[in-house]
Amino acid sequence: MNNPQLNKNGELQHLLTTEGLSAAILLNILDTAESFVGVTERDVKKVPLLRGKSIFNLFFEPSTRTRTTFEIAAKRLSADVVNLNIAVSSQSKGETLLDTVNNLSAMHADMFVVRHSQSGAAHLIARHVRPEIHVINAGDGRHAHPTQGLLDVFTIRRYKPDFRNLRVAIVGDILHSRVARSQIHALTTLGVPEVRVIAPKTLLPSKVERLGVHVYHEMEHGLKDVDVLMMLRLQSERMLSARLPSTEEYFKYYGLTQERLALAKRDAIVLHPGPMNRGVEIDSAVADGKQSVILPQVTFGIAVRMAVMSILAGN
Amino acid sequence: MDEMQLPNAEQLLAELTGRIRPDVETTTALVGIHTGGVWLSQRLHQDLKLSLPLGALDVSFYRDDFDQIGLHPQVKPSDIPFKVEGSHIILIDDVLYTGRTIRAAINELFDYGRPASVRLAALVDRGGRELPIVAQYVGATLDLPSDKMLALEKSDNGKLSLSLYDKRRDNE
Repeated sequence: MNNPQLNKNGELQHLLTTEGLSAAILLNILDTAESFVGVTERDVKKVPLLRGKSIFNLFFEPSTRTRTTFEIAAKRLSADVVNLNIAVSSQSKGETLLDTVNNLSAMHADMFVVRHSQSGAAHLIARHVRPEIHVINAGDGRHAHPTQGLLDVFTIRRYKPDFRNLRVAIVGDILHSRVARSQIHALTTLGVPEVRVIAPKTLLPSKVERLGVHVYHEMEHGLKDVDVLMMLRLQSERMLSARLPSTEEYFKYYGLTQERLALAKRDAIVLHPGPMNRGVEIDSAVADGKQSVILPQVTFGIAVRMAVMSILAGN
Repeated sequence: MDEMQLPNAEQLLAELTGRIRPDVETTTALVGIHTGGVWLSQRLHQDLKLSLPLGALDVSFYRDDFDQIGLHPQVKPSDIPFKVEGSHIILIDDVLYTGRTIRAAINELFDYGRPASVRLAALVDRGGRELPIVAQYVGATLDLPSDKMLALEKSDNGKLSLSLYDKRRDNE
């Protein structure tokens, strides 16, 4: 099958999804990110690798953290970064997506980082641009958010380096979550033997088992003996119809409290991609507690994005 | 590959150690360049009984051929576990050739701080410089054809040796 992410030598040309990428490609990204962690801890947090390259952050959907971490990653690679908040610019004047991309390509862009509410937007741009331009999907609709999935896997590997005996639970709004899909593909490709999803039926995609996950509807069963808990944000702004009675009720059944966390292994770690809804999917005592690695995730996210950008730019 | 008598790497390392030894002070720090330079620096650090911890650099993020060949597939983390500011650093590399690796290493070093001085030790200097760089300590000088690649290798028992390969046109 022709993978639109790879060039004719089988190297990563664009990063659109973690689905279908080999373990070797994923591991190369994680190992390269390991070297960038060192760079981000120095006095001069910058390397000259992408000097003279122009990276455009195309955010058709609002985002603070992801856009900021991509911007910092690009700057630490010495690239020139331009942030376009397109939700409030030319598209609102009627320009099409590809016209926007054509105009920016004419400004000699080397890389586009794309966030869009429509699944497939980054694919569309990747198919359209000249071969020397690279595209990174920073989240498209419900489809994929590969750098988030990779930074989550990177964070897990930092605390639990042996994936062969790992039990991971992904908790919450799987249905609307591009993050969950990217996590599942990355975890299963890297050989994690047991990935669970825990959610009410209304927040699970149909036939989710086909992704190779074990389905649970109750925290009390699903959290038992897990090593890693990956909480998802309750994406209330995406809910077109009422799938839940109330956020209070959601917290009652699916919120991560200290009591529920105690069902997992004693050294289990808790991840959350942010932004958190405290008191909805996670209790403050857990979010700020000893087992939380939520802030390290943000720090590692920069190193992982530096790795992805530099690998793409070199291919 | 033509039969060419290469010097014994272990013997060269012993000679290199002897040349560095008179200049060692308490502020001397060794920094090996991946991968061969790191092996050499580990041995030197032990034999010269240096007090400052050993550093290691992978210059992949500072190379000048990124646009031609992209990122090296197996980048190792750089690690400088001492204060660079004010220290007297000796960079260690296995083979000194064009000088481009050393240029990249010096640039990277300065992103950790401003050293008091930087010197260079190489097991083999094979000439062919493309930059104004010179080593203060050299194990041996060899004249090699430009289509050959000289590489330091380490066996399972830790012994070092030199090998000569035909250079591939396509830079991997």
